[in-house]
Amino acid sequence: MTSHTDPAGLVSLPEGHQRASLPRVQTGLSDRAIAWLFIGPTMALLLAINLFPLLWTIFLSFTNYRANRPNAPLWNVGFDHYVAILTDPDIWLRMQATAHFVFWTIALQTVIGFGLAYLVDRKFRGHGFWTTLILVPMMLSPAVVGNFWTFLYQPQIGLFNYVVGFFGGIAPGSFQMLGDVTLSPWAIIIVDTWMWTPYVMLICLAGLRSIPDYIYEAAEVDRASNIRQFVSITLPMCMPFIMLAILFRGIENFKMFDMVNLLTAGGPGSTTELASITLKRAAFEAWRTGYSSAFAIILFVAVFGLANIYVKTLNKVKAR
Amino acid sequence: MKKRFTLAMGIAASALLGAAPASAQGKSITLCWAAWDPANALVELSKDFTAKTGIAMKFEFVPWPNFADRMLNELNSKGKLCDLMIGDSQWIGGSAENKHYVKLNDFFAKEGIKIGDFLPTTVDAYSTWPKGTQNYYALPAMGDAMGWTYRKDWFGRADLQAEFRKKHGRDLAPPKTWTELQEVAQFFQGRDIDGKKVFGVAIPTERGSEGITMGATSALYAHGFRYENPTRPYQMQGFVNSLDAIAGLEAYKALFKCCTPPGYTNGYMQEGLDAFKSGQVAMQMNWFAFFPGLFKDPAVGGDRIGFFVNPSQKTEGSTLGGQGISVVSYSANQAEALAYIKWFADAEVQKKWWSLGGYSCHKSVLNDPNFPNTAPFAADFLKAMGNVKDFWQEPSYAQLLQATQRRLHDYVVADKGTAKEALDSLVQDWTKVFKEDGKN
Repeated sequence: MTSHTDPAGLVSLPEGHQRASLPRVQTGLSDRAIAWLFIGPTMALLLAINLFPLLWTIFLSFTNYRANRPNAPLWNVGFDHYVAILTDPDIWLRMQATAHFVFWTIALQTVIGFGLAYLVDRKFRGHGFWTTLILVPMMLSPAVVGNFWTFLYQPQIGLFNYVVGFFGGIAPGSFQMLGDVTLSPWAIIIVDTWMWTPYVMLICLAGLRSIPDYIYEAAEVDRASNIRQFVSITLPMCMPFIMLAILFRGIENFKMFDMVNLLTAGGPGSTTELASITLKRAAFEAWRTGYSSAFAIILFVAVFGLANIYVKTLNKVKAR
Repeated sequence: MKKRFTLAMGIAASALLGAAPASAQGKSITLCWAAWDPANALVELSKDFTAKTGIAMKFEFVPWPNFADRMLNELNSKGKLCDLMIGDSQWIGGSAENKHYVKLNDFFAKEGIKIGDFLPTTVDAYSTWPKGTQNYYALPAMGDAMGWTYRKDWFGRADLQAEFRKKHGRDLAPPKTWTELQEVAQFFQGRDIDGKKVFGVAIPTERGSEGITMGATSALYAHGFRYENPTRPYQMQGFVNSLDAIAGLEAYKALFKCCTPPGYTNGYMQEGLDAFKSGQVAMQMNWFAFFPGLFKDPAVGGDRIGFFVNPSQKTEGSTLGGQGISVVSYSANQAEALAYIKWFADAEVQKKWWSLGGYSCHKSVLNDPNFPNTAPFAADFLKAMGNVKDFWQEPSYAQLLQATQRRLHDYVVADKGTAKEALDSLVQDWTKVFKEDGKN
């Protein structure tokens, strides 16, 4: 028995059997329509929880609205809130405190995180155990971290003060990390670095492990020293990962609230009052909804703008 | 036939009679308050209400640091969680103007509840808006003021008495003035007692909510601080930043600097209790509400603890705490909530409230000749309630409070500027807020 293949070449039909030409069945929905049907609910949800609040916040930022006075007359204040915020020296002090916190946490976390990743990347006894142990801080809740570091910083019974006192030869009770104007900005940087360095380490580790071994083998054949290998291979090839970690941590720390609020509540005075704490106080304690909406938009534009510039730079680095 | 009719009527009557408690028994109301010792006493007291009316009680207690945030959010969003709210005295202005609380005048008149049965200062502070008018939005529920506890056992030591007398020429006793307070605190600071280093005082220094304001105003009031010109409302220049006020703020900072435990830069109620209960400090400033619990404390209570009213300096003055109980406008169970208020206003219930650890504001309790003997802190409580002063109760109180927290913490804890600069800045901040509200 002979057979021949159907035009599509998929099914062998017996001799003499011709595929009947079937009329095109109308299913009612095109592929595009089905695609929209599937992504529609997600798109609607995203619009509802992202776009609508953003547009609403922009609208509120031009009004005198206060959430605790819903019956008060609403009027357009134009750019008054924006002008008031951008010309307020106290707000600029809060932005400076935020910039100090973001800069130093990123710098320390990047250096220490990459260093740890470089060490963990080497094979050694107990390698898995140490990696897991290093990751523990980032698995904790910021509320827990804030509370127990408050105890660690306690001048009389705190372990931190004891250790510094022991190695520094000073009395543990002679300095206060959280109550001192000079030390408190560093106290919150230390805690954030302790908590989030493992995160940076993980991203850098992924970068290190993505470098193929043959590149190092070729470098060894060329008798490149370890330092040369590090500078010419490891660091450049890891750079996109490092930059990604910096981007993530920068965005996160720009809106840092919970941990700092627990540690210092912005004190002493207003020394550690980051922009997000000021925003929360204006929005949900003073109920200046219009004003705080304008402040939120300013912060959003700042983060969004900086992140965009950064992503473009990141893409250039990756393209190299 | 007549017998059958009588039987039918009897069944119907019993069904009707039974229906009333049955419908009440299905009901429950929720009371919202802060999570602290008096709230536990109220749970106990409210069992009598449930037994009497069949209305079950539910409670929503929120820790103090989050109380205002949580509950004001609830009110502003017109939430139905709370039928009854024991809200802070500062909320009364905003809650009245924004209609979060039910106005109680008609209800009081209909039910024969006499607001005059309650201490006038508590009625003004907890119930009325505008302050001092006859518009009632709450029934005084829990009287409270800032007071002091001290280690009576330490003060009673013969060696310490002798040393103190030699140094200051008087007995080591609860201080009567802020000058004496600092001397006593300084005397204990860093002293070794029973092999342990102790400190002078635990005073509120908290930054986030209201702590340092409640503490520092205790010093400010005693030195003659006033919020505004008594003849011209909202005129604060020369009153808030008067020489007396400056002296008061300097006294508070001096006490903080000389005599608190190391690192005590963000402490309020719980931190104060911890410092006192752990034997870390000789004296503690805290709310009277905590004193029944402290007196019962096995480690520092009983004979080891003493109490005193806020020391005077130029005048007498204590920072007011406490709350009134209100019916929430958005409640679906307003009838039952009002029934609770009616029950709570009863003199016998108020007596039991005091006996359980709640601070009644009812005159029948407070004016009882035996009241000062009912607890070791009762006489001081009466004295404090006689000279209390309260923070602003304006609808914008939160903004006014934020500015105060910042200016006081900047000066007292962060060593920024002088007392005069702090109070001058405060006048500017408050003026700006009132101007925005159209009140200046």
